[in-house]
Amino acid sequence: MDQLHKKQLEINAAKVRLGIIEGVYGAKCGHPGGSLSVCDTLTYLYFNRMNIDPENPSMPDRDRLVLSKGHTAPALYSVLANRGFFPVEDLKTLRHIDSYLQGHPVLGKIPGVDMSTGSLGQGISAACGMALSGKLDNDIYRVYAVLGDGELEEGLVWEAAMLAAHYQLDNLVAVVDNNGLQIDGKISEVMSPYPIDEKFKAFGWHVIVIDGHDFDAIEKAFNEAETVANQPTAIILKTTKGKGVSYMENQVGWHGKAPNEEEYNTAIAELKAKLDELTK
Amino acid sequence: MGKDRYYRIMDKKATRDSYGEALVMLAEKRPDLIVLDADLAAATKTGIYKKAYPDRFFDCGIAEADMMGVAAGIATTGKLVFASSFAMFAAGRAFEIVRNSICYPHLNVKIGATHAGISVGEDGASHQCNEDIALMRVLPGMTVINPADDVETKAAVLAMADYVGPTYMRFGRLAIPTFNDPKTYKFELGKGIELRSGNDVAIIATGLMVNEAIEAGKILAEQGINARVINIHTIKPIDRDIIIRAAKETGKIITVEEHSVIGGLGSAVSEVVTETVPVPVIKIGVQDRFGHSGPAVPLLKEFGLCADNIVKVTKEALGK
Repeated sequence: MDQLHKKQLEINAAKVRLGIIEGVYGAKCGHPGGSLSVCDTLTYLYFNRMNIDPENPSMPDRDRLVLSKGHTAPALYSVLANRGFFPVEDLKTLRHIDSYLQGHPVLGKIPGVDMSTGSLGQGISAACGMALSGKLDNDIYRVYAVLGDGELEEGLVWEAAMLAAHYQLDNLVAVVDNNGLQIDGKISEVMSPYPIDEKFKAFGWHVIVIDGHDFDAIEKAFNEAETVANQPTAIILKTTKGKGVSYMENQVGWHGKAPNEEEYNTAIAELKAKLDELTK
Repeated sequence: MGKDRYYRIMDKKATRDSYGEALVMLAEKRPDLIVLDADLAAATKTGIYKKAYPDRFFDCGIAEADMMGVAAGIATTGKLVFASSFAMFAAGRAFEIVRNSICYPHLNVKIGATHAGISVGEDGASHQCNEDIALMRVLPGMTVINPADDVETKAAVLAMADYVGPTYMRFGRLAIPTFNDPKTYKFELGKGIELRSGNDVAIIATGLMVNEAIEAGKILAEQGINARVINIHTIKPIDRDIIIRAAKETGKIITVEEHSVIGGLGSAVSEVVTETVPVPVIKIGVQDRFGHSGPAVPLLKEFGLCADNIVKVTKEALGK
């Protein structure tokens, strides 16, 4: 990836992070930690990879993304808004009683959302259905399922993983946001899904493990996934929960709570400083 | 005297067989049809379709929850998808996926669930699903169908394919009499069918209990009681008009279903009449208990799901 594209991605990711904080602060609740950890990959996919059109969110041959870890809707909404699917200003209405921006993604209600999610494990299953259907239509699109690492504790994930390999869904990529934390603590202590890479390999998947905050590595991984035939690919992102907001990083407490006014101001100041540094 | 409006009993057929055959009929008109199963194609009879259209059939293995998620995903791409399993697993095990991945986004997924009710027989209570109507009926936007014979099942499959939205259809393992005339039968989603006129009492039945209700109607007529017999094949949205009319004109309703008396047809009928024309509704169905192993017909008798018991309960209700 050339420096110019990389810098633009970093700028976009900084804007998406600002949108996440605006959304969660506006809602006075929600999930900032996992939104910030998956932010870079979502930004890359929607800005640099996927065949999508904000003017025509339902175009039949579009690439699809299912946010299986639906609680990180603030990240998805912020990416979609910054990509032009709806006004960035609307992010502040997240979870409000009169807003279309529901607490978890809803198909048909929010432009750019490809599947209703929120109940963990179900998104990857639906993504398998989309990929299977795409195979019957001459592979005109690719499907991305974005999962949390704690989500891998849901048995349904592995039912879907089995089916994806069995039907050789090479148009499907599962992205696992391995930030290491879930609500009750470290995933290794609550209910370890490790080794994640070996599990997917054993289920018949092509597996790539990368630094989920390194755009060069991210691009390389998705390039590699497109070359894999007859096998789905799992890209395991090593990430930092709360990435980009100093006091949220690696803190399990920021899984599902909103910053207060002071914390909000700190977060916005940090992210704006980052954005200024990138754009100066 | 009551008047018969039903056909003659031609032969017996399990509605699951009708389902499999109907899918093949449907595939001829709908090239976008995809059928999913969860390792029960031989029992759900989607195997009939699989043989004819192997490229448009996918076995999801013994993973009903995943099958429902996959069906939802396929539906988002605009194709018509039927997902089949036993009622126990389709409505029971996969309930939350049906709720969140199919009903919440109101996706066009058709669920074909066989082996509903205690007529599953020998497999016993673990497989006898008497709760599926209740589970599916409570889901916002879900249509629930329980056809009564071969003719109605085939017509229902074609009708649910034309309707856009999530639909659950339950059918059975047991071969049951065909009483509808294939030449004249019309299936109208959400419309009940009056099979016998009468103003002494209304017997409202669904699924394989409809034929028993017809038989009960005949026996009652011989004893001077004119029972109106109504077939409710669509439990949701329910035909409020036919129920309200029956309540007004007969003053007493007996419901009959091969399902728990909690949450099924009896509850649905009660919900209508309590808000409109409050009349007694006596529910014949599986009481608050599990089934057990045994041949289907004696089991149905034991649970009171037969014409003789309908006659008995009706006469008691009328004080005769």
